[in-house]
Amino acid sequence: MSDWKKSITPMVFPGKIAVPYTWTVGSTLSKFYCELRDNGKIWANKCPACKTVFVPPKVKCIHCYRDPSIWVELPGTGTVESYTIVRYEEPMLHPRKAPFVYGLIKMDGADTCMVHIIDEIEPEKVKVGMRVEAVLSENREGNILDISHFRPVK
Amino acid sequence: MGKRVGIIGVGQTHHASQRLDASGVELIAEAVTRALDDAELTVKDIDAVVIGNMDHFENINYVDMWAVDGLGAVMKPVFKVTTGGTTGTTIAACAFYTVASGLFDVVLAVGWEKNSESDTQAAVATCANPVLERDFFAGAIGPLATEYSMYMKAYGATEEDAAIVAARERNNALNNPYAHVRQAVTVEDVLKSPMLSYPIKFLDMCPRSDGACAVIFAVEEKAKKLCPKPAWVHASVVRHDYTHFGDLEWTFMPTLERASAEAYKLAGITNPLKEFDVAELYLPASTCGVKWMDSLWFCEHGEAPKLVRKGVFDMDGELPVNPSGGVICTNPIGATGLIRVGEAAWQIMGRAGARQVENARLALVTGFGGCSWSDVMILGADLP
Ligand SMILES: [Zn+2]
Repeated sequence: MSDWKKSITPMVFPGKIAVPYTWTVGSTLSKFYCELRDNGKIWANKCPACKTVFVPPKVKCIHCYRDPSIWVELPGTGTVESYTIVRYEEPMLHPRKAPFVYGLIKMDGADTCMVHIIDEIEPEKVKVGMRVEAVLSENREGNILDISHFRPVK
Repeated sequence: MGKRVGIIGVGQTHHASQRLDASGVELIAEAVTRALDDAELTVKDIDAVVIGNMDHFENINYVDMWAVDGLGAVMKPVFKVTTGGTTGTTIAACAFYTVASGLFDVVLAVGWEKNSESDTQAAVATCANPVLERDFFAGAIGPLATEYSMYMKAYGATEEDAAIVAARERNNALNNPYAHVRQAVTVEDVLKSPMLSYPIKFLDMCPRSDGACAVIFAVEEKAKKLCPKPAWVHASVVRHDYTHFGDLEWTFMPTLERASAEAYKLAGITNPLKEFDVAELYLPASTCGVKWMDSLWFCEHGEAPKLVRKGVFDMDGELPVNPSGGVICTNPIGATGLIRVGEAAWQIMGRAGARQVENARLALVTGFGGCSWSDVMILGADLP
């Protein structure tokens, strides 16, 4: 410790402002979430020009800036493209206690991956290329956790 | 001296208090799609993108990342700009600099805000220094009320002078299909509206809105090829001053005086009131529509109330100010300054619809933020 620090009185002010935030889901994703919540279906949208199928759906096609206006229902199955086993706790953020697995799941019928939890399997047994299926939550509220997780196809 | 630059397309959303039908990305896409349509371009024609907003209004950082599909910026150079209230005009300045540099030919400028997603006053307060002035003076109303109060004392300006401005702008908005607040009001209505912070009343003050705006800038050769009547950029000037409210000069607006003086010099303007055909000014409260007219060199200090009362800034006056209805009718904060640029460009291009000022050939644009920062842009029908 150098001496100059002795001449300083450390002070900090606590913040008072806690801004409340809400986010508009919008016309594209609200269709996705309503189908999921009300009918238990996973829908994707498709670009009429380049035929790319997006899940979760996109506002504009990333390749040609067209409205991906064609809606397609997906079967809810897919393939694990990559994953990680989470070993640390992030209680404010994570929907599961560690250890748990999340990964990139390429949905059958889609060209993009969905990020989600892989469960009902010991973490060490998850493999790239493994076939998985979506498990829906019982009480669905219109958010990404209406899909509870993905599990290996039996 | 950089390359000459023209605006060749403008798009904006239908602004509202809350656009529950559209997410932030969808608002951005709505404005960008309309600007591309206005310029008859596709996203392939865009060489770079500048986007801006104020993160604390939505609590989503990195709009340049998460909105990239709606923005049309996939695999393009994209830069984010945030300078408080001036964000919108600074986006325009940056897009202009990017094209004028000669390194990019066609640049898309996008400003947006979804103010319904938070408490705007609480979020605005986070701009002020947290260990000095945040508790008292933070937010938009207090500083503006204080500066007009001082102007009233110094020059005898009145609450009614401000109410005349408020009524003028609110009635102008009736001609603007994109405006958030479109309601006919009288000077009486303004004076009778609830007091927010003396002397500013409810109808004197801007709302906060959901909305987005997109403006396309092109280098001279491309602008001439792509657009029958581009709005040429004659000057773009930015001036900032002190951080603490107590440091400021309050009877006039030093940043606006200095920025506009420099812009007029660059554009060769000696009598702004006579030479400009139309102005789209960032006036966050009607009181600014009185006091700040001094600082734009339209008159001597303290003379503005006379001009306001004579109707100089009315639609049929010598210099129509804010045919769009201005900021007190539409205020998606990160887009607000860019809407001024877009509206002025449409005036020059002859695309301003029912709010068109006949034969508008030279337009003045300002942005305000800070506290007390000013951006000035001058657009013209003739090549600079
Ligand atoms: Zn496509």
